[in-house]
Order: sequence, then structure tokens, then C-alpha cells
Amino acid sequence: MTFDTHLAVQILPLLLRGLVVTIEATLGGFVFALVGGLVLMLGYRARSSLAGAASRGVVEFLRNTPLLVQLYFLFYGLPLLGIRFSAMITGVLGLGIYYSAYIAEVYRGGVDAVPHGQWEAAQVLRFSRAQTWRRIILPQAVPPLIPVLGNYLIGMFKETPLLAMITIPELLSAARQVTGMTYRYTEPYTMVALIFVTISYSTSLIFRRLERKVATP
Amino acid sequence: MTSSPTVLSFLPVLLRGAAVTLEVTAASAFVAFVLATLVGIARVSRVQTLRVAATAYVEILRGTSALIQLYYLFFILPVLGIDITPMEAAALGLGLTFSAYGAEIVRAGILGVDPAQWDAARALGMPHNLAFRRIIVPQAFATMLAPFGNLLVELLKSTSLVSLITLTDLTFSGAQVITSTGKPGQTWAAVLLLYFLMCFPLAQAVRRLEKRFTLYRGLARRPA
Repeated sequence: MTFDTHLAVQILPLLLRGLVVTIEATLGGFVFALVGGLVLMLGYRARSSLAGAASRGVVEFLRNTPLLVQLYFLFYGLPLLGIRFSAMITGVLGLGIYYSAYIAEVYRGGVDAVPHGQWEAAQVLRFSRAQTWRRIILPQAVPPLIPVLGNYLIGMFKETPLLAMITIPELLSAARQVTGMTYRYTEPYTMVALIFVTISYSTSLIFRRLERKVATP
Repeated sequence: MTSSPTVLSFLPVLLRGAAVTLEVTAASAFVAFVLATLVGIARVSRVQTLRVAATAYVEILRGTSALIQLYYLFFILPVLGIDITPMEAAALGLGLTFSAYGAEIVRAGILGVDPAQWDAARALGMPHNLAFRRIIVPQAFATMLAPFGNLLVELLKSTSLVSLITLTDLTFSGAQVITSTGKPGQTWAAVLLLYFLMCFPLAQAVRRLEKRFTLYRGLARRPA
């Protein structure tokens, strides 16, 4: 069996429509994870030990179970509790929740790297705890993390094919649609693989350059 | 209507699935480890062709997603006339994906060994290959253990993808139990819990290993 270039070009518009959904889900999930990760990290550092234990428990659970099953749980389980979201919202939530556990750890590393004197100085200057976080700690902790966060963005992009399993019409769904219509597997899956490599490799080059910038102040 | 069967009564089905999950994990970990070692060494080889080929391997496999690679093997190899069982496709597919990440660990491990160790080996008259085997690899191996452990946890989680190429692993068994019980929420919760019970102890063991190793490095670095 050979590779039918004509077919590959013909299905490209269909695949690109799927790609748009993939990118929307990735960006939506990433924004959710950036915020969710922050909440979990602040939970670690909260003065209440209950919040600390709860955050750590949530992070451990999310990191030690597969994303696919978490998605199934949200997609099939939430409606039973009377919570109904569209598949797309469920998918974005699923990706976002899963990755907030990883991003919480990234933030934690960044916050640990801020010298302790900064906390003391803020205290001496009568900054409230919330002000210290907002004005002193986070502005120093987060920028050096941008390359690492970029890696998670690419990682998330590569996990999006799982969304096809909860009926979201993303890139892999589009390819499966083509296989259903044409009974050809080589062209659609090869094209999907090529699209993934192109986007994740070029994005990783951008973040590698950023990394160099961050590393040399 | 009599009450539908409980999820708990289907625990044996889920446990059989969990056994398949562990089997797939072991098989793909083996494939990944062998390939990662070869490719990782090629990444730091003195032969440029090898270096370029290994870099392409890593970038391509890391650039696509694990599920796409599984689909590729499972659907396209048969079209090319190569018979492959779902188990083989799973071990090979996940093995390939994770070998790319593993190769980067091997590479970092080898490059992480103090270059003075190479110089010392040469000063003692050791040929390059012997120095690599006896001096560099043993030291690099110690630093690779914890990252390999973390990768193993990720691999264990990723085996849930094999349910999509018809293997009856834990995730697939969960879907089967739902058709019998009609209780998706409870069943998926039970499946999540079983995955957690497999992954968490492994992750904890890796953490302990990491701590112990940092301690050992700390002692080794302290000047006498």
C-alpha cells in the first residue's frame, strides 16, 4: 500500500478544522491549569494545615491517576450529579484540572527559589500576606518558570487526542472520521502525526530560545 | 425492578484488568529501557551520523502523542501486511514513545558525570570505551534511577491508552463493568482508585530513592 498524496492534500482542510478545536482546548486548559496550579500552590503554603493537607492530597491523586480515566469520570460521572457541561467544557476542565497538579509543583519550585529575606523584608515593611504574595513573591517567582511552563503547554497539546474519546471533534476525531469514510489509515494518521511534530517541535524551539534569555540576565 | 448489581461485586473483573495493566507496563518498560539506553548513548556519540539520527528519533517521538503512535502501529502495520497482536502493538508503541523520554535521561546522566572523570581515566591509560563502561556508566546510572522511576509512573498511567486498541486492561475492564452495572460514576471512581493504589506507592518509592541519593551525593562532594 502506498501513500496517496492526493488524498492527503484533500483531507487537509478537514484536519485543520480539527486542529483549531485542538488548539482551543489546549489554550483553554492551559489557562485553567495556570490558575488552578496557583490555587493548589497557595494551598500548600497556607497557614492552615487543613488547606495544606487537602492541596497535597488533591495533587497526589491527580498525578497518580491517568488523564483518560479522569476524563471519563468527568464526562460520564458529573451528569449523574446533575452537573451538565458540553463535551468541550468538560474536556477543557479535565485537561486543566490534571495539569494544575503538575503546574502547582512548578510554582512551588519557583517560590522556594525566592530568597527568604524577601518575606522578612515584606514583613518589616508591614505588607499584608496577600500583598506580599502579589507584589513581592509571585513577580519574582513566576518569570523564570516560563520555559518550564512552556514544556507543560506542549505536553498538554500532545494529550489532546484523548479528547476524541469524549466526543470532542478535535484533530484525531477528524482523522478517525476520514478513516471511517475512506477506509484509508495511512494518510490521515500520518498527516496527524506530521501536524503534531511540526507544531510541538517549533513551539519547543521558541521556548528553548526564551530559556536562554531567562538564563542569562 | 430488582436492584442492579453493585460495582464492588465486579471487583474481580477490575483486578484482572489491573493485572493486564501491570503486564503492559512491564513489557513496554522493557522495550523503552533497551531503546532508551541505545539511543541515549548514540545522542552523545563521537560519530556525527549517530548523533543526528538519535536526535531525529527523540524529536519525532516526543513530538507526536502516545495515542497517535499506538494507532499508527495498530492500524497501519496490518495494512502493510505485518501482523501484530494488540499486546505487541501496545508494548512497542508505548515502548517507543517512552524510549524517547528515557533517551534524554540517559543523555543527561552521561553528560552529568564530571568531565574530570574522563581525564583521570585517560591519565590512567584507559581506552575511551573502557573508560565509558567502567568509569562513566556506573556513575551516570546512579543519577538516572530516580528520573527513570518517575518515567515509570508516567508509563503506568499511559497504559490506560491501550484500552483504545482493544486490550482488556484496567480502563477497558471499567467500561465492561459499566455495561453490566450501569453505574459509570462509581465505576470510574473505583478505576481511578485502583490506578492510584498502583502508582502512588511507586511514586513514593522513587521519592525515597531520590532523597537517599541526594544525601549520598552530598556526602561524596564534601571535601575530606
